[in-house]
Amino acid sequence: MKLHIDGREIEAKENETILSCAKRQGIRIPTLCYMEKLLPIGSCRLCVVEIEGYEKPVPACETYVSEGIKIWTNTEKLKETRREILQFLLLNHPLDCPICDKGGECVLQDLVYEYGIEKVTLPKFRPKKIEVTWSTPAIKYHPSRCVLCQRCVRVCRELVGRDVLDIVEHGYNARIEPVRPENCISCGECLSVCPVGALTEKISPIKGRLWQIKRVSTVCGYCGVGCTLQLNVLNNTIIKVTTNGIPGPNNGTLCIKGRFGYEFVGSKDRLRKPLIRVQEDFVETSWEEALSYIAKRFSEIKEKHGSDSIGGLCSARCTNEDNYLFQKFMRAVIGTNNVDHCARL
Amino acid sequence: MAGLATTLGSGAMTNNIEDFKNAEVIIVLGSNPTENHPVIGMWLKYLARYKGTKLIVVDPRAIDLVEEATIFLKIRPGTDVALINGFCHVILKEALYNKDFIEAHTENFEKVAQTVEKYNPIYVEEITGVPAKEIENAARMYAKAERASIIYCMGLTQHSHGTDNVKALSNLALLCGHVGKPGSGINPLRGQNNVQGACDMGGLPNVFPGYQRVEVPEIREKFEKEWGKRLSDRPGMTLTEMVEAAINGKLKAMYIMGENPLVTDPDLNHVKRALESLEFIVVQDIFFTETAKLAHVVLPACSFAEKDGTFTNTERKVQRVRKAVLPPKEAKPDWEIIMMLAKNCGYYMDYKSPKEVFEEIRKVTPQYAGITYERLEAGGIQWPCPSEDHPGTPILHVGRIARGKGLFVPVEYRPPVDELNPDFPYVLITGRHYYHYHSATMTGRSELISRLAPEPFLELNPADAEPLGIKDGENVKVESRRGSVVLKVKITDRVQKGTVFATFHYPDSPINLLTNTVLDPESRIAELKFAAVRLSKVV
Ligand code: SF4
Ligand code: SF4
Repeated sequence: MKLHIDGREIEAKENETILSCAKRQGIRIPTLCYMEKLLPIGSCRLCVVEIEGYEKPVPACETYVSEGIKIWTNTEKLKETRREILQFLLLNHPLDCPICDKGGECVLQDLVYEYGIEKVTLPKFRPKKIEVTWSTPAIKYHPSRCVLCQRCVRVCRELVGRDVLDIVEHGYNARIEPVRPENCISCGECLSVCPVGALTEKISPIKGRLWQIKRVSTVCGYCGVGCTLQLNVLNNTIIKVTTNGIPGPNNGTLCIKGRFGYEFVGSKDRLRKPLIRVQEDFVETSWEEALSYIAKRFSEIKEKHGSDSIGGLCSARCTNEDNYLFQKFMRAVIGTNNVDHCARL
Repeated sequence: MAGLATTLGSGAMTNNIEDFKNAEVIIVLGSNPTENHPVIGMWLKYLARYKGTKLIVVDPRAIDLVEEATIFLKIRPGTDVALINGFCHVILKEALYNKDFIEAHTENFEKVAQTVEKYNPIYVEEITGVPAKEIENAARMYAKAERASIIYCMGLTQHSHGTDNVKALSNLALLCGHVGKPGSGINPLRGQNNVQGACDMGGLPNVFPGYQRVEVPEIREKFEKEWGKRLSDRPGMTLTEMVEAAINGKLKAMYIMGENPLVTDPDLNHVKRALESLEFIVVQDIFFTETAKLAHVVLPACSFAEKDGTFTNTERKVQRVRKAVLPPKEAKPDWEIIMMLAKNCGYYMDYKSPKEVFEEIRKVTPQYAGITYERLEAGGIQWPCPSEDHPGTPILHVGRIARGKGLFVPVEYRPPVDELNPDFPYVLITGRHYYHYHSATMTGRSELISRLAPEPFLELNPADAEPLGIKDGENVKVESRRGSVVLKVKITDRVQKGTVFATFHYPDSPINLLTNTVLDPESRIAELKFAAVRLSKVV
């Protein structure tokens, strides 16, 4: 099916929205409440586009393509509409970016900047908003920063399946609340989809701006799903886990272990030096000492009782490379097939 | 995963996780994904809620997923074979089976047809406690679907007859031709993050990397050439056999990398005795675990965040693990430690990086031959991937079962070994829960997780709690024929009457003191899911 976007002729797929068609063609339409993995609700109206012959602009996230239509995504009129929407959002939203966790990767911050809004024009009569904040063991809600895009509500309902959050009250006092807090599994999905700093995490005492940290894509070290994630590292310390758009079996979703279970890496209890038993105690030793002692003991035992008197357990927690070398060691160096792991469990 | 390897020729998940969306019907059996594989649990919930996928959940407990299930069969623990044979019976009786598929792609069908003859729904109801009508409904729903998948997990395999369970399931899938297509397959969910990889890499006593058997001379020769050493043709001992051998003095030393059998293994007293009888133990780990306490040398290793490498997830997808932080002080990555140790033992291993190790893995492991670190930059690849231009294999057995023909294997129901009697009247089933992971050496160090799930508990049905005079939150002593622990009680009708449930994560109240080491004769998996216990209130 053919149609026009911003004067370009474009091949569209049946049953796709204007937004996804434009995106595929590299045409950017600003969005706030929209997320590819969630059902669209067309509530923020930032993605409005004009279609020739239509009286009013339509939200691109919810409007399906049709043959031959001519769409404009960035007219002066649309820009003005978007500016008005952003102005309206800023009525309540404090400009506290320097102290906000999201500063530097906030959708609102970026859009306000992009649309050149320099100051907020406040109306004469501005009712006072009731600030109701709450927190879960992992997450804190900042109502004044909330743009009511409902991404958190939707992700918890649609992808996590827990229905914890919902909008309560109307109009000026509308806000998000955990209406079924007992269902919350602290997966942090709501936190991860919030486009602004309305939901912030309470785990890491150390914070870092996007440009100060290093993001390393890797695989969760816990269960067999093998979710892909990014470790956010500041000064050799993991301070956060994110998933932005990296491919993987989890499509950006994580559970509590993957998202918040990273503290063990930097734990004080980590083993730091080889230990050797001296009677009932363990004493620290050097690598050379430890390794030559092990080599000596293994060879004595092998000599006296044969290779099959030694067994090895490799690990479902180690990498393929670790496991490969481990079994190679047992087979080629010790000379036994006594190698197993706890997969049976 | 001995069962599927026998019947289909590969023990791994047949389909990929995303592919569950193509199934009309999914049977979830002995698996509690919400707790054990949370993101798969979320995915199944999503499919049930938004895509109309019908879930048939079979479990002794009303697990979370039951809320989304079209059919929930609350089964008596340990009676799965009877139920699955019951499904087959109904499907045969009502001629809902896939004749063409059976003819073209399977063998030994008649044997199974004979065996399931007696498993009529009434008989099966007696054994399993599942009403005959529901057995029929579930069987029809699965058989009539165009595309249907099966998901199972440790709840099914951790029995003394775990392999039978899997074979019975395999029969069911073959009977309906629900294998080798999008949305159709049999999917064992692997527990720990790299169990699949550890098996693929030959972390098993009878096979080299790539499931190549040690007894086969040509295969051994290939590895002898690659490694420059004579290799043993005798299959080695499994973990549970090593435990036995340690106790009777045949095994003298152990090298344990990243495992903590002293919390996770069945019958802990037994394991402890075994480790204590060894002359020499080396433990290589990131923490000073319960097992490390018994070691002679403890080596400090790196966590997943401190090393490069690959993990292979439950759907056979090989993915890159990347180093993000430096290890504490002198800790080293496991591959490097092994290399140094080999050198000390007079065997030269020389790899500059995990990538070089992976190059050797590719060379000797046919399933991994086409996977390279460069390719993995663009995302994971599912094995088998025989060449560099091969895209990987999301679905196994397409067009042809890996084994050649799918093998029907008749299996009969056998009751669990640990007998219930008036002295030990309750069934204890064990499992994980959402917050913790295995022996909790990692999750136990997360402040958040410890706060949310600080202690273990025992789930008890209200109807059982009442006569014992036990109230929610009180302590109860749980005794099996092997040992006892004290646990706090959570009264809930998630568990059925006569059954109690506990998690095994906590070193301070090791539930595996109670479980049974009776092994499945083929898979050598211990019966962790069924122990006869008695309960008494602690005053
Ligand atoms: S943490 Fe997870 S379960 Fe809890 S409200 Fe957020 S999305 Fe829902
Ligand atoms: S994030 Fe959760 S579901 Fe995903 S791999 Fe880690 S433990 Fe498993």
